[in-house]
Amino acid sequence: MLFEALTLGLGYNASLVTLGAAALGMAAGVTGTFLYLRKRALVSDAISHATLPGIAAAFMLAVALGGDGRGLPVLLLGSAVSAALGLLAVQWLASRTRLTEDAAIGAVLSVFFGFGVVLLTVIQTLSTGRQAGLEDFLLGATAGMLRSEALLIAVGGLVTLAIVVVLRRPMLMTAFDPSHASAMGVNLTRTDIAMMGLVMAVTVVGLKIVGLILIVALLIIPPVAARFWSDRADRVVLLAGVVGGVAGWVGAAFSATAADLPTGPMIVLAAFALFCLSFLLAPGRGLMAAALRAASFRTRVHLRQGLLAIANDQPIYETLTLRLLARRGLALPDGVPTEAGRAAAARARLDEERWAIVRADPSLELAAARYDGLTPLEDVLTVDQISEIDARRPAPEALA
Amino acid sequence: MAAELQLAAAEGRRVAPGDAETAAFAVRGMTVSYGPKPAVFSVDMTVPEGSMTAVIGPNGAGKSTLLKAALGLQTPLAGRATAFGQPVTDVRDRIAYVPQRASVDWGFPTRVIDVVAMGLYREMGLLGRFGARLKARAADAIARVGMAEFADRQIGQLSGGQQQRVFLARALAQDADLYLLDEPFAGVDAATEKAIIAVLKELKARGKTVVAVHHDLSTVTEYFDRVVLLNVRKIAEGAVGEAFTADTLRAAYGGRLAAADLPGAVHAI
Repeated sequence: MLFEALTLGLGYNASLVTLGAAALGMAAGVTGTFLYLRKRALVSDAISHATLPGIAAAFMLAVALGGDGRGLPVLLLGSAVSAALGLLAVQWLASRTRLTEDAAIGAVLSVFFGFGVVLLTVIQTLSTGRQAGLEDFLLGATAGMLRSEALLIAVGGLVTLAIVVVLRRPMLMTAFDPSHASAMGVNLTRTDIAMMGLVMAVTVVGLKIVGLILIVALLIIPPVAARFWSDRADRVVLLAGVVGGVAGWVGAAFSATAADLPTGPMIVLAAFALFCLSFLLAPGRGLMAAALRAASFRTRVHLRQGLLAIANDQPIYETLTLRLLARRGLALPDGVPTEAGRAAAARARLDEERWAIVRADPSLELAAARYDGLTPLEDVLTVDQISEIDARRPAPEALA
Repeated sequence: MAAELQLAAAEGRRVAPGDAETAAFAVRGMTVSYGPKPAVFSVDMTVPEGSMTAVIGPNGAGKSTLLKAALGLQTPLAGRATAFGQPVTDVRDRIAYVPQRASVDWGFPTRVIDVVAMGLYREMGLLGRFGARLKARAADAIARVGMAEFADRQIGQLSGGQQQRVFLARALAQDADLYLLDEPFAGVDAATEKAIIAVLKELKARGKTVVAVHHDLSTVTEYFDRVVLLNVRKIAEGAVGEAFTADTLRAAYGGRLAAADLPGAVHAI
């Protein structure tokens, strides 16, 4: 069953939903990256919670006008209007009052959401069961989704993605260095509005599948996971799109395998799984790579210290140093150096003396910057450069 | 020009005709305020083409604010700025701005070459390719600040001085005619300071105009040919030999300056 769901084997409608979720996930991951790099991730939480009163109001208005009230386009339009109001409220509070942005977000988020819940309750008591399904916007549900709705979501996701491609440069420049971007003629206000508009579009389009409570996770988890794999913004953006897309696909497929599995939480859990993999396994920034690096660094420090101690005829007290030297056959377990140990110690001292000359010479500044007390000079300078440095070393007899 | 005279007349000031028309960079009646107290008050300054000007003054004198307001990064209460006789916003192609290094997050996921490429944004536009020609220009700018080996490095791995050189390279890539730098020598190592001043002098030799907010009084005479002393209001402006004197410094810095702080100035008079 799960295999069929993952490989689009559950029929046309279910496949369309899965594809729609993947497109939405990609759009959310890519858009979310710019939000994350602009350090405004939490604003999306205010936007998403602010959609609820709009959904409820749109439903009530449609019913009052004699309609069905459940048409997705109408509800999404309502949600977009109230999300925009929420966003404006955050901007206004943060720029015109003494409230900081985080406080403004907290205030707007809770007030709008609370108002939405009240409206939902009113709808529940007023009408006659037609409202069933409005709560699905909280956590997302794909069961019984119409073909047209799935298409709307997929197309909305892809259009958002296309707009991000066009605006990527000004958005990145604004996120990295707003002063410079502005001096280059980038309109900061318009760029920020466009970015927030894209976030709003993703939120509104994603309401039906992910739900308003969890859409923030689909905007934020993919870029944070992608950040572990790359130090380049363009790659982080692409990877975040992949993470979001895979999460949408897998999450939607999982939720299709059981009747009452809400889609939003499944997608978010899939994204979280990808985050955990990145956090643990990513080379460079991942937890395991960092632990390995720390261990190897410690080993190198202890070995170097031990060898320099041998070269200077000093005793070694550190048990770890003794163990590491012994394991490499450089010293006996009691610290007495072996033949190989003495040779290695002499090399270490020579290296230190050469480094001292390099670091005192301003013309070798770039090389000197790589001094960490561990890297052999042979890794930094050419053989010719080193012999030139050796020529500058005081001759041993001059020292004596 | 008519507008210039009109503005001057309205403010009851006298303006040398043609002044701002021929200058590489000119500020007129600039007043900026963050709160009830102006940070910059009615400042005029005129920078001739091909000169190197230091903007100096004590902390909080409004040096950075003046540059930002001139570039339109800060909305002034009054005043305007021109470059090559036109409003600054109309000649952005010819102006390169180097903000303070501390103003950005150096943990941002980007490499040296990517930062420098941002200086080519006006040429690339929204969808243009970062093609071979532009790549060569970026690489050349990086080489001119002595950072060629570091082009593919993540910017967070660089030292403070190297980061400052990357910012300068981004401005060089723009190939502008007017360079506005905010504290380019703040907190950099001696080698970086030498590299930066060499690049700036080379720009001047090629007829470019350089304006830098500067804080180290001991190097003003050596590095710059013109100086603007600022302390909210403009205290003095002109060639270093005339405007950078013990008297003007005392007027700008007040009691905050010990006699020992102005060796260059004391010898100059």
